[in-house]
This record gives sequence, structure tokens and C-alpha cells, in this order.
Amino acid sequence: MEIVYFARTREEVGHASEYLSLPEAIADVNDLMDHLQQRGQNYRAAFDDRTKLRVSVNQLYVDFDHPLQDSDEVAFFPPMTGG
Amino acid sequence: MKIMVQHQDFDIGAEISALCAGRRDIGAVVTFTGLVRDFHGPDKIHKMTLEHFPGMAEQQLAEICATAAGRWPLQGGCVIHRTGSLRPGDRIVLVVTLSAHRQAAFEAAEFIMDWLKTAAPFWKKEETARGSQWVDAKSADIEKCKKWQE
Repeated sequence: MEIVYFARTREEVGHASEYLSLPEAIADVNDLMDHLQQRGQNYRAAFDDRTKLRVSVNQLYVDFDHPLQDSDEVAFFPPMTGG
Repeated sequence: MKIMVQHQDFDIGAEISALCAGRRDIGAVVTFTGLVRDFHGPDKIHKMTLEHFPGMAEQQLAEICATAAGRWPLQGGCVIHRTGSLRPGDRIVLVVTLSAHRQAAFEAAEFIMDWLKTAAPFWKKEETARGSQWVDAKSADIEKCKKWQE
């Protein structure tokens, strides 16, 4: 699975993208965030307040209970501020 | 509708001329242009950086425009959104809507801008004397979008 980060989330995590071989225990986006949070302080900072996070899977916005597959591209980012 | 995400500036007059060239069916052209302000509350802004999600940004803008075209009788238009490093006074975004009559063009332009602000994956970072900060999303923008769903 490819995981990409944008804006404040990218800065908190410390990198723009990474690859993860999806552990079987991870069924949905919530599980993935729980898994990533165990990786260190940078991830804890990024995933602590999930009300300020948005997620897309294969470039479509989804809810945190969206199921995941190893072939997915998952993106995490804060609420959008374009325009 | 033409969708462009680019660093380079745009020429509003040239865009309108290109969209209307050879057309006799357009009665109304509405444009919205967003600019970089030099203030945010009490802070003076020196620079703004716009980040986007390549691919998804264009796709979301196209979907917003398609929704607008399904709701109003539009005869074309464009959305151009700039990215990268911008300075106060620079143009950020252009929305142009074309229709036979003005009401559809006015409403569709507002609809596209309202949805662009909350649903297109772009993020602003401002540089001020206090350092650089990511801009927080405004709840008023989200409320304004909800108005279109009523």
C-alpha cells in the first residue's frame, strides 16, 4: 500500500509518502491510523486529533470505516483551504 | 469545462476571449478571481504557498464543474487554480461561467467557488512575521456549501 501525506499532516509525519505491506489485522482506515500511531511521536501528532484529518482512498474521499486493501493508495491531509 | 492547475499566472481577458471565440449563443460571462491578501487578522502576510494533491485536485474540480453543469444551463467555462509560491496581490484562482442568461452564470460561479474551497484538495500556508502557518479551514465555508444542498 502507498500512503501519502499532504500539508500540515505531511509536515507532522515528516515525509510525503511511504510504502506499507498491509498487516492482516488492518481492516479499515481507523485500523491503519491506530497502526501508524504506534510508530512514533511524529505519527501520534499527526493522528491524535482525527476530527482535523481527511482521508482519500484511490483519490476518492472516504470515511474512516472505509475498508482497505494492500493495492490501495491512501492519502491523509487536513481539511482543504484552497480558493 | 476547462480545468487547469498550474503555477503560472493567467490572463482573465485572454481566457474569456478564448472561451467566447466564435460563439453567438452566450449572453452572460461571469468571472470570479481570488487574490492573495496581505493580511490575515492582525498578521501581515509576506508570502503564500499553495500545495495540492496532483491528479485528485483536477479530478475534484472537474466533478464540481460537472455538478454545476447539471444544475444550471451552462454553455462552458473554466477553472484555473494556481499552486506553489505566491505573493500578496497575486491571482490564486479563476472561475469563469458562460450561459445564455446571467442568473445561471452568477449562481454556477458561486456554487463552483463554494465547493472548490471545501472539496478540492488544496492547502494554503502563510508566511508572516510570526513564522509560517497552515491556514485552518473555516466553518463558514462548510456552512455555505450546505446551503446548496438544501
